[in-house]
Amino acid sequence: MTTHTAIRTENLTVTYTGKREVTALDGVSIEFTENKLTAIIGPSGCGKSTLLKSLNRLHEIQSNTEISGEVYFGDERVYNTDEPLPEIRRHVGYVPQTPTALPLSIYNNVAYGLKIHGNYSKAELDERVETYLRKVNLWDEVKDRLDEPGAELSTGQIQRLSLARSLAVEPMVLLCDEVTSALDPISAERVEQTLAALKEEYTIIMVTHSMSQAQRLADDVVFLYLGELVEANDVQSFFENPRDERTKQFVSGQESVAAADTEDNTTESEQSETPPASVQ
Amino acid sequence: MDRYAKQRLFGLLARGATGVIISVMILVVGVTIVRGGYVLLTDPSVAITPPGARYTLEADGGFLHAILGSIFIVVPATVISMILALSTAVYLQSDYSSERFSDGVNMFLNVLWATPPIVYGVFVLTVIIAVGSRTSLFFGIIAIAIFQYPIMTRYTDEALQSVADTAKEASYGLGATRFETAQITVRSALPGVVAGIIMGFARGIGDAATVLFTAGRSNNMPGGLFEGSTTLPILIFDNARAQNPELHAQAYAASFVLIVAVLTLIIISRVLAGRYARYVPGGRHS
Repeated sequence: MTTHTAIRTENLTVTYTGKREVTALDGVSIEFTENKLTAIIGPSGCGKSTLLKSLNRLHEIQSNTEISGEVYFGDERVYNTDEPLPEIRRHVGYVPQTPTALPLSIYNNVAYGLKIHGNYSKAELDERVETYLRKVNLWDEVKDRLDEPGAELSTGQIQRLSLARSLAVEPMVLLCDEVTSALDPISAERVEQTLAALKEEYTIIMVTHSMSQAQRLADDVVFLYLGELVEANDVQSFFENPRDERTKQFVSGQESVAAADTEDNTTESEQSETPPASVQ
Repeated sequence: MDRYAKQRLFGLLARGATGVIISVMILVVGVTIVRGGYVLLTDPSVAITPPGARYTLEADGGFLHAILGSIFIVVPATVISMILALSTAVYLQSDYSSERFSDGVNMFLNVLWATPPIVYGVFVLTVIIAVGSRTSLFFGIIAIAIFQYPIMTRYTDEALQSVADTAKEASYGLGATRFETAQITVRSALPGVVAGIIMGFARGIGDAATVLFTAGRSNNMPGGLFEGSTTLPILIFDNARAQNPELHAQAYAASFVLIVAVLTLIIISRVLAGRYARYVPGGRHS
């Protein structure tokens, strides 16, 4: 089977120019393969979330970001382009770390993206809402209460609702930012199962803190360290036969990398990574 | 003094202060409700009868003109102010404005909020003279709208700022435009936004100084947009200064109407806020 690149970055540099200037990503060039799940790992504050959000320019919500380099979605430029941003983000969807329900009913959480992007009949909307809620294994739990507020679901259910909402606009790439970190182990496992099933159809790029999660779910692994791309490889080679010394240390959990982790904790994490919401 | 004595002393002070405040509140509201309620119970018609020709001297008729004047001034003013406040508050969010700009505007709004309402009254009066017009319902609306604007904008801005960034990220991440995302943000902040609008309304309906020089202080029924008019707070002010005890009694009755109206508004705002809070993450518990 031939593999295609879904999205790639070229010499991508992102600098936060807030009170202190922080280079969150430093000249990262990387390719993400179509219909694979790529895990981005690395210590806190090393640019994982920044890399993820820069793929659909979501980090631009924050002021004080400077960027150079380019991201290509297929052959299309993501940065120097006339294409309106919403159109790019429609194809490259994003699921936030904190389970977030939009202030709408369960039904409208899923239908929201469809409603803003096109004119669908009620029947079409009904059908899609059901399809995507089934896809994330949430349909049976919510089918009798679709008109109730999405915010009243449990944290784990809200995370699956988030996934369904993102899938409903039919993106080609799905960016997932530590989507299980705010969940209890059982909910986390259900979300993992959902992701495992979805990677057949979508290109999923996922930031994770958990090395075991990367091993369980990922096809490819990208290791970032202090804003620098250290190593990108398929999951087996990455964990069994790491090329870079820093990867070896990180994979085996050695001191030096972990120590740098705490040192660097206050930089990018402050700016771009929201702390996980308390689990109810 | 040991730590436990300090704790007891603080508890005592806190309870004392709360007690004083609640007593004063009960006294003010209680006296108004009892005295005003008594007047209204003995003669409910004062609230639904227009004033007679010699109202200021003989208290013939009632104060329907002030109730209607208040409604005709404060409802349109609240609508105008709400539209302006909501737009400004949305514009002050990080999606549209830099932090420096919104900090500056917020400081300016705080100054406006703290400006005595009589200053707005005089300002609008100056405008009335400058354009060669005369005091009327219309200028009352303008003055109240200006008075409500900083209050509503600050409330709305605070409510919008408290919306989690992830809600915005989720919306943008679906390919929503900035305007669509702003709508989501406003919906997320709806309990706070509604509270701000009702608070603006309540402050507007209770204020006398802004309309004193602008609405016309008329003793007739409101006759049109550019006719003179009066409101409940002004009527209370005028009647309380009069010699006639019947006018005093009507001042209490008018105060009763005003307090009940404000109370009703606050209850409505709580009910609405509770209803919208169900849609906001963690809203039910907060």
